Amino acid sequence: MTGGDWSAAKISARNVTKIYPAKHGATVALEEFSLDVALGEFVCIVGPSGCGKSTFLRMVAGLEDISQGAIHIEPGATPDKPLNSVVFQEYAIFPWKTVIDNVAFGLQMRGVAKRDRLQTAHFWLDKVGLTKFAHYYPHQMSGGMKQRVSIARALANDPEVLLMDEPLGALDAQTRLVLQEELLRIWEETRKTVLYITHSLDEAVLLGDRVILMSAHPGRLLATFPIDIARPRTIEVVNTPHFAELRAEIWARLSKEVTRAMDN
Amino acid sequence: MSAAAEAGARARANIRAILLILGGGVAYAVVLAAAGLLMPFAGVSVVVGFVALVAVCERIGRLVGPAGQGVYERVLAFGFPALVLLIWQEAGDHDLINTTWFPQPSRIAVAIWDLTVHYDRFSQTSLIGRPWLIPSRFSEGGFAGVWTLLSESHVVATVGRVAVGFVLGAIPGILLGVVMGVSRAVRLMLDGSLSAIYVLPKIAIFPIIMLVFADPFGEGPKILVVALSVFVLVSINTMAGVLGIDMVYLMAGRNYGARGWKLMRHVILPGALPVIFAGLRIALGTAMIVIISVEFVRAKQGVGYLIYYYWEVLNPEKMYAGLVVVMIIGVALNWALQALQRWLMPWGR
Repeated sequence: MTGGDWSAAKISARNVTKIYPAKHGATVALEEFSLDVALGEFVCIVGPSGCGKSTFLRMVAGLEDISQGAIHIEPGATPDKPLNSVVFQEYAIFPWKTVIDNVAFGLQMRGVAKRDRLQTAHFWLDKVGLTKFAHYYPHQMSGGMKQRVSIARALANDPEVLLMDEPLGALDAQTRLVLQEELLRIWEETRKTVLYITHSLDEAVLLGDRVILMSAHPGRLLATFPIDIARPRTIEVVNTPHFAELRAEIWARLSKEVTRAMDN
Repeated sequence: MSAAAEAGARARANIRAILLILGGGVAYAVVLAAAGLLMPFAGVSVVVGFVALVAVCERIGRLVGPAGQGVYERVLAFGFPALVLLIWQEAGDHDLINTTWFPQPSRIAVAIWDLTVHYDRFSQTSLIGRPWLIPSRFSEGGFAGVWTLLSESHVVATVGRVAVGFVLGAIPGILLGVVMGVSRAVRLMLDGSLSAIYVLPKIAIFPIIMLVFADPFGEGPKILVVALSVFVLVSINTMAGVLGIDMVYLMAGRNYGARGWKLMRHVILPGALPVIFAGLRIALGTAMIVIISVEFVRAKQGVGYLIYYYWEVLNPEKMYAGLVVVMIIGVALNWALQALQRWLMPWGR
């Protein structure tokens, strides 16, 4: 943390370009994309499919090479903390590990002693309400429960920034509402720096301090919308006129982009 | 109509159908017998009888309530093979089939019993090594005495060759398969050759393997040929298993700090394990084929030798007995492999 200054960029991406080389010409997935995320800020990226938002997140996570430009995550005061942890859309919790071992996975890889890591894992399992299921295997659980495990795994790892790649995208509408509410509550408690990819405008406005709108083919930054809804928020804010205004404002911009992307 | 009345009507319809089929079967037999065509129509009758049996069993399945389904399934699963054996037995007893080549099940059972209790002085072997002698041999010669007893056994010889060859082939097979799954270069270098060796009948390389060994007629070549066939199958399957791991698990593993051996131990190996075990089961079947063939050709002991020996002295009952023993060994080894799988993969359903 650079002096603990809240305005210091925790994640800074400078002119990031991603090109997928192919036999006949190359595909530009992301072009000259720049973004700063402040410490403790919750930033949502929305955009039509093919805008490179997931690619960007994976580049931040270091899971994908950057063709041009640079991405930096500012390390914290404690050097052994991981820089980032990803919550994947497909959950990506290991079917061959029990719930508790999945949650403790990041700590185990970092060599945290068994007692300590299980204690931390139990703490986070409790936070997502899955204490009873600690010794279950993932195949015995529903999609919503699996994603809770995945979120607990990321939080137990205590990363500098949390990267969430459409985490609720594969869930049904009711489960998604419940998990949105849980995310709000947990974020309120941890105040982690979050980069959140979603295709749901409602979700972006509900969760984010800022919504980044992207265009497709190639992926570019289109607009930034600050969300000035007071914290702590609950799911009820979606029924307020202000929420509807913000949503409409972003949609006006996004709908043009979606039509353009479909016409291409 | 109430639900209960409807169920009653359905049950009555099923019972009527069963009686009709049984009546038809009796009428068919009576007509054939009266016309003196029972024997010429035997083949047709077997087919007709089987179809009628299936029809009756389907109806009975509908009549049996949910509570009885378990019993029904077991009765069919064990009852039908028992029925086939019974028909075989009766057909043999009434000289409808040539019992020289198709000895009745009762005679095969007697042959198994004979092989089990008798010691062949000429070849100095027995089927299972006369375990009832273990206490006296142990008091005479200790473990060495017990070992001479076991080493006379055909079953111990065959199971030993398969087990040792299987382990010696499977472990390097898994190692190479993982390397091929992880490294594109190694995969490109070896994939084609392995596929070519895969289609080669392993028994065909047995003569070459015998050349390599100082004692071509000893256990070495037999175990090695089993190990080689297992090795090829397991390495190909393991590679497929590693390649089949969902990318997202590898990304999650890397993102949460798994590198090198940790990634192998916690992500790649468990992720590939279901396919590895599928490969091990196929390899076990192949190992049985290979060892029995090898024992046909070049062995003084083993169940394959036993079958071939009784062909040479023309004793079909004991040939069949040998087949039954091979089946028992195969089922037992397969069961052991499944137990190992349940132990190593507690997450599997």
